[in-house]
Amino acid sequence: MTSHDHDHHHHDHDHSELSETELRVRALETILTEKGYVDPAALDAIIQAYETKIGPHNGAQVVAKAWSDPAFKRSLLEDASKAVSTLGHVSRVGDHLVAVENTPQRHNMVVCTLCSCYPWEMLGLPPVWYKAAPYRSRAVKDPRGVLADFGVSLPKQTEIRVWDSTAETRFLVLPMRPAGTDGWSEQQLAELVTRDSMIGTGFPKTPGAPS
Amino acid sequence: MNGVHDMGGMDGFGKVEPEPNEPMFHTEWEGRVLAMVRAMGAAGAFNIDTSRFYRETLPPDVYLSSSYYQKWLLGLEDMLIDKGYVAPADVAAGHAVEPAKPLKHGKFKRDDVERIMVRGKFGRAAPAPAKFRPGDRVRAKNMHPATHTRLPRYTRGHVGVVERNLGCNVFPDSAAMEAGENPQWLYTVVFDGSELWGPDADPTVKISIDAFEPYLEAV
Repeated sequence: MTSHDHDHHHHDHDHSELSETELRVRALETILTEKGYVDPAALDAIIQAYETKIGPHNGAQVVAKAWSDPAFKRSLLEDASKAVSTLGHVSRVGDHLVAVENTPQRHNMVVCTLCSCYPWEMLGLPPVWYKAAPYRSRAVKDPRGVLADFGVSLPKQTEIRVWDSTAETRFLVLPMRPAGTDGWSEQQLAELVTRDSMIGTGFPKTPGAPS
Repeated sequence: MNGVHDMGGMDGFGKVEPEPNEPMFHTEWEGRVLAMVRAMGAAGAFNIDTSRFYRETLPPDVYLSSSYYQKWLLGLEDMLIDKGYVAPADVAAGHAVEPAKPLKHGKFKRDDVERIMVRGKFGRAAPAPAKFRPGDRVRAKNMHPATHTRLPRYTRGHVGVVERNLGCNVFPDSAAMEAGENPQWLYTVVFDGSELWGPDADPTVKISIDAFEPYLEAV
């Protein structure tokens, strides 16, 4: 690599009015625009799409439907890309989505130890902790310790399966349906589904508990 | 490469610290960086594996002390300079002074946004039958390429079981080096915690990776 001689220092004053990083980002955008590589309005539209179209509400709808509709749940676990593509109201997914089911015997947890692979279309952009060293380093070696950082504890005998997202497959955890939700609509159920419950670092909300 | 990005199993990074009500972007420039990476990738300046490789190649101290989107920015700058889309003189001047280099798919425009919000397809026709089947015991090879690979260090040399055949996919080790897609079979391989972390490991833990066929050998 030849270009490592240009400036790689890093300072923590991102909150100043115009940080070094911010100036650098602006300069790069100016260069790419002047060279005719990108239309700045297209960059605005990308950001807007991330802000409005994707997010955990998509995954929550899928989970709620799987809790309500046994046939959908079967097809989700068999081929999640195909099953999710039948739902017009959530964002389109690629070919490589896999849903993994939590049961009383087994708890699933998803990580990307090498970078930040995450099911964007289902959950939105990943939170900082998902992309940071503490989670990436420990999730595969000490998943119970990591769960404790989230205030989550599992019965001692529960099997924990950690999915390291090392290729283009993306994993969505299907959490267990909370007790006390008989007869609830999909929409009501979707309200209980948290982002972390679909990563495997949390549980869905409990009906009636303060949120 | 045996880089600092390959973090699985490392100690000493401390507790996971979830941030309540975390915003999508912590500063405005983070969104611009994300958008520039997506746009330039879609325009054909680089593929996703090459962009990962450039972030991995950042010096370890820079990698560890930079925020996520700072790493994206640094990797993007390096990549665009190395591939000839941006000249060091452009960066020094803060605007374009050298002529542009044509992009494979042309300028990234507003109409292109919708298509990039759907994930790409990585499945490819298989050049040969799959070597392994679900249930087969396999060893992750003891391999240490100096270039990009998606076989994490913590699994190398260890024995697991093939759980699922995920089809034939673009091989990141080749694609990152712009050496073609070189499609390979991909498998979910499951390891016992004790196989990876020794006899004191939590006996209830299993870890899986998605491993390309060239990463694996029959046991």
